[in-house]
Amino acid sequence: MEQATSAAVPLDVLKGKKRKNKYRKYWPLMTMMIPGLLYLLFNNYLPMAGIVIAFKDVNFAKGILQSDWTGFDNFEYLFKTSDAYIITRNTILYNVVFLVLGTVLSLACAILLNEIKNKLLLKAYQSLITLPHLISMVIVSYLVYAFLSPEVGFMNKTILPWLGIEDEVLWYFESKYWPVILTLVHFWKGIGFSSIVFFAALLGIDEEYYEAARLDGASRWKQIRHITLPIITPIIILMTLLSVGRIFYSDFGLFYQVPLNSGALFETTATIDTYVFNGLMGSGDLGMSAAAGLYQSIVGFILVVLANYSVRLYSKDNALF
Amino acid sequence: MKNESIGLTWFSHIVMFLFAAICIIPFILLISASLTDQSAIIANGYSFFPKEISFDSYSYLYERGTDIARAYGVTIFVTVVGTIMGMAMTTLLAYPLSRNETPNRNPIMFIIFFSLLFNGGLIPSYLVYTQIFDLKNSIWALIVPGLLMNGFYILLMRSFFQSSVPPALIESAQLDGAGEYRTLWSVVLPLSTPILATIGLFSTIMYWNDWQNGMVYITQPEYFSIQNLLNRIMQDVQYIRDNMGSNSSEALKDMPSDTIKMAIAVIGVLPILIAYPFFQKYFIKGIMLGAVKG
Repeated sequence: MEQATSAAVPLDVLKGKKRKNKYRKYWPLMTMMIPGLLYLLFNNYLPMAGIVIAFKDVNFAKGILQSDWTGFDNFEYLFKTSDAYIITRNTILYNVVFLVLGTVLSLACAILLNEIKNKLLLKAYQSLITLPHLISMVIVSYLVYAFLSPEVGFMNKTILPWLGIEDEVLWYFESKYWPVILTLVHFWKGIGFSSIVFFAALLGIDEEYYEAARLDGASRWKQIRHITLPIITPIIILMTLLSVGRIFYSDFGLFYQVPLNSGALFETTATIDTYVFNGLMGSGDLGMSAAAGLYQSIVGFILVVLANYSVRLYSKDNALF
Repeated sequence: MKNESIGLTWFSHIVMFLFAAICIIPFILLISASLTDQSAIIANGYSFFPKEISFDSYSYLYERGTDIARAYGVTIFVTVVGTIMGMAMTTLLAYPLSRNETPNRNPIMFIIFFSLLFNGGLIPSYLVYTQIFDLKNSIWALIVPGLLMNGFYILLMRSFFQSSVPPALIESAQLDGAGEYRTLWSVVLPLSTPILATIGLFSTIMYWNDWQNGMVYITQPEYFSIQNLLNRIMQDVQYIRDNMGSNSSEALKDMPSDTIKMAIAVIGVLPILIAYPFFQKYFIKGIMLGAVKG
């Protein structure tokens, strides 16, 4: 019966019906995605249009869209000040140190973790070293403050006297100490986490390689050098390249909360992210901050694309796109 | 050869033990500082072994606990509602993208992917949320900006669905008459608990720890989360120090004393320290899952 009907219908109508059916069939799948896609539109794509304010003399009385166009003035002001140089330098230098030293340290930790065969202790170590990663930067700023408070901190009251240093150090006013402090805090918070990432990669190495090496009389150290390291080198290179793509972005919480946003420390603690944030919160210039934000977005985007391109050259499977 | 291997094992234990100790020592200082009598702190500073133990700071906080209780209320509400909404949104986006049949899959993948690579930045987002949506000083300002965390988790969940849910199972469920929503709920999700647990946990931690949205969008103290309350207390102290120079100790007298400050931070971090042993397994598994899939 059904066959008879369809035979009577012209072919192109049938095709149209089929397509309509296809969409009707997948309608539920399509509608599922609507909330997420709308969210992406408003949360991620609409702000992209908002980058025009970097080219405006923002005047809230007139409204954003009605504010006067200023062309590249905001960028000109930004790059005329020493601020642009300082925030770019700090953002990049900190990231380079974090990347190079961080990779070495977390890889070393992962290899040591891999040597521990006692399951219970291994779990205990893993839990304790990842604990700092779980804590918010606000809490971290309190922990650091317990050490560095000028009046009652552990450094000034206990450690410096032990070392025989009489003068108290006003930690939150002396910018020269902060590259070291911020690096230590960053590693304290992050090394445990990233060593677990490497450790996961080490667990994937086939035990047979090690057995074969042992039969040939290779020492543990030789096994690490000639089996472990070569096998995970691609992962290290991949993660390094991806971090290079993020080199224009800083860990905002670290640079904002831990130095307590102290103005005296600008020289060594300001990054592009803290500069933009301070501009928005009123202690800076909104137009220049928006310009700095756009500068970050564009250079960051170019770096990600370049980094991905290098990953592609190195290994096509590992490229993001 | 054997000796060397044992030596390496011992070395590993020593290094990891020291590392683990370094990770928890600051928390010990924080807790012991909060339990020290204020006069002992003025004399000796914060220390690991308080000379005079006192619970004054905690009883002070208990008496004036309304701010803290309210801040915790805000934090818990934001965390629960945000995580549930975010998980629902992530799942509903990831599942269709994991199915080969879904039309227009590639453009949608690109939309998600591009959002990872390029963003307008803080100031344009602020303008969208305050000028178009009027979220300033609303509890939704603490929830909405974090809903999808970032697109990476959608991709993570999608690849989990693809690798762990056999398409044949979905087909047979649909032959039995299950619609897409039914299939997702009764077939796909029960098979995906590891990824749901991971993303749910990371989302919970993200909301619990968030202070940035509160700082940007909230100026009225009644919507302060616990992180924002802590942040405000520290900022006030620093503000006085920055602006009053040598007179600051006079003005600081009215601020929470050194020991109370530490006690508030302990109250802020204690729930996490207490809950951590129960979820650390999933936390570490989650990190590894992200590492392997990513």
